[in-house]
Amino acid sequence: MKALASTALPHAPAAATLALPARRRPPRSALLARAGLYLLAVLFALWVLVPIWLIAVAGFSTRADVYDFPKPLLPRSVSTDTMAFFVGSSGVLGALRNSIIVALVTVGLATVIGAPAGYAIARWVFRGREAFRLLVLSTRAFPIVILSIPLAVAFLQLGIYDSIWAVALMHTALALPFAILITASVFVSVPVDLEEAAMTMGCSRLDAFRRVSLPLALPGLAAAAIFTFVLSWNEVFAAVILTLRERTLPALVLTVLNESPLPFRFAGAFFMLAPSFVFIFVIRRYLFGLWGRVLR
Amino acid sequence: MAEIRVQNVHKFYDRVHAVRDVSLTVADREFLVLLGPSGCGKTTLLRCIAGLERVDAGSIRIGDRDVTELPPRRRRIAMVFQSYAVFPHMTVFENIAFGLRMQKRPAAEVRRRVQEAAELLHIENLLERHPAAASGGQRQRIAVARAIAVGPEVLLMDEPLSNLDALLRLEMRAELKRLLSELKTTTVYVTHDQVEALSMGDRIAVMRDGVIVQDDRPLAIYDRPVDRFVGGFIGNPPMNFLDAEVERTDGRLRVRLPGGTVELAAPADGGLGADAPPGRLILGVRAENLELARQSRPDAVEGEVLVVEPLGSHNLLTVAVGEERIKAVTRADETATPGEHVWMVLPPEKLWWLDRETGRALAAEPPAAPA
Repeated sequence: MKALASTALPHAPAAATLALPARRRPPRSALLARAGLYLLAVLFALWVLVPIWLIAVAGFSTRADVYDFPKPLLPRSVSTDTMAFFVGSSGVLGALRNSIIVALVTVGLATVIGAPAGYAIARWVFRGREAFRLLVLSTRAFPIVILSIPLAVAFLQLGIYDSIWAVALMHTALALPFAILITASVFVSVPVDLEEAAMTMGCSRLDAFRRVSLPLALPGLAAAAIFTFVLSWNEVFAAVILTLRERTLPALVLTVLNESPLPFRFAGAFFMLAPSFVFIFVIRRYLFGLWGRVLR
Repeated sequence: MAEIRVQNVHKFYDRVHAVRDVSLTVADREFLVLLGPSGCGKTTLLRCIAGLERVDAGSIRIGDRDVTELPPRRRRIAMVFQSYAVFPHMTVFENIAFGLRMQKRPAAEVRRRVQEAAELLHIENLLERHPAAASGGQRQRIAVARAIAVGPEVLLMDEPLSNLDALLRLEMRAELKRLLSELKTTTVYVTHDQVEALSMGDRIAVMRDGVIVQDDRPLAIYDRPVDRFVGGFIGNPPMNFLDAEVERTDGRLRVRLPGGTVELAAPADGGLGADAPPGRLILGVRAENLELARQSRPDAVEGEVLVVEPLGSHNLLTVAVGEERIKAVTRADETATPGEHVWMVLPPEKLWWLDRETGRALAAEPPAAPA
């Protein structure tokens, strides 16, 4: 690519002078359209960010301040009081533990089942590949509530109803389509040539996967895993239907929401939001960095 | 010793017969070029030799071993891919060391051999970097260094220069040729670029539709193409072909061409021996073998100059001969003007005759017998 630049050099000045007349002031209508676009973008951003901000401010103020109305835009007092109250409430710690276990089990299962399926879709043209791709998505075509009731019956018969395993299995089923499709696109972005090159240099197919494809796919697989984690963490319908005492955090929060005080609600809301933030901020940058390197 | 012996190999993709009953022997230390248009099966054949594709019938031997059923890693080959296929998550050093590490060589030997390979390709200064920081030409060098570092018995190259820009390709072509003649590794090199094939190969196997149509030294293929396809594919401009009707009259040949009739001293060579049947043939002649005359001559065919392309070292003329168009090369100082009437002198010793029915050269040996 650098060599290209050097051969293109003699033409560069000509191109620059040609480009000059085109740099005129854009017409007013284009300016207005652009301003409108930015305005819309800002509105959408505020629509999402303001509630999150208010929740965060309330979640980290003293319990008395939470009741203030109208809500202050800047925190008047920063304290972990409200959070402590939430975590200290009965059932919250247990539900938190349940949520973490369910999410981790879901991530484990979805990765172990989903990544090989994604690899197969990415690497081999097999009969019914497109049908399989669609079929995978079809589990998401049914409302979770409708799926949950027959599942509850099945789990009762199996004796795993009202256990975190039932929820983890359900969440795995919900997460699998995404896990499969995300990992498939991740593996597609790793050129087959790289695996083949490794195979001509002493690797078996498995070695080639382990030494070449896997390291290159790792950021994508991590993204899929974290997406799965967030999906399980936030999922509430199936969790409510499939459990009675072994609640996950969102299931617990939902069931006690109406009779709980404001600080509990705000702190709970912040707890539910936090993992998504980790996903967006940490992983996105990580992904762009690594994918940029692979795809170049 | 690593001779490659491909015997009666077939390869199907679904219902496409990509390689049809190909037999090919590459001598130890020979540089063989597989040349053909895209989709002719040359890359498939290379991948079969590499073991990346399983053959559906036939056998492949490398040295004294039958490798037909062996996976790529047991064939003692190395391959350079069109896309280079350097590993982006490893430094250049680790890329070149990859094969040696897989062979579990001691660290000191790995370091020494990586250094040697890098020096041969002038990339010692890149060793600590990642490939993303290397240019296209440098990545190409990394890929070649990685392949030769393992000291393979056989080196397979799949259009290694086709992703480089023209200038760099010219430079790499000469450098690869020097490198490979020093290494003396048996090499199979796939390309669709006939210039690359002519300039680099010890021998060229021309493929079309999954079959090797001609297998010979580069200049033999250039001068004596086995059929119309090969003559048209190799050389720039391609060989000129004119429909001809040949009659024999007392020691001379009367050849009726689209632009008129010429008389040549018999035997006019190129497969037209004394015993060859005259009749409806195709006359083949290379552009640089035509000579330009300003007056009518019995051994020249009349034509009208259509286009003159001055190329610095020579001029390329497009000449209308009857309904046909032919290309002629003249010296740079020998000018012609479009519209001018000229006579193209046919040199009897440089003519090449083909059968009009089959398109095959009269002198061509029967198919499948390499010259």
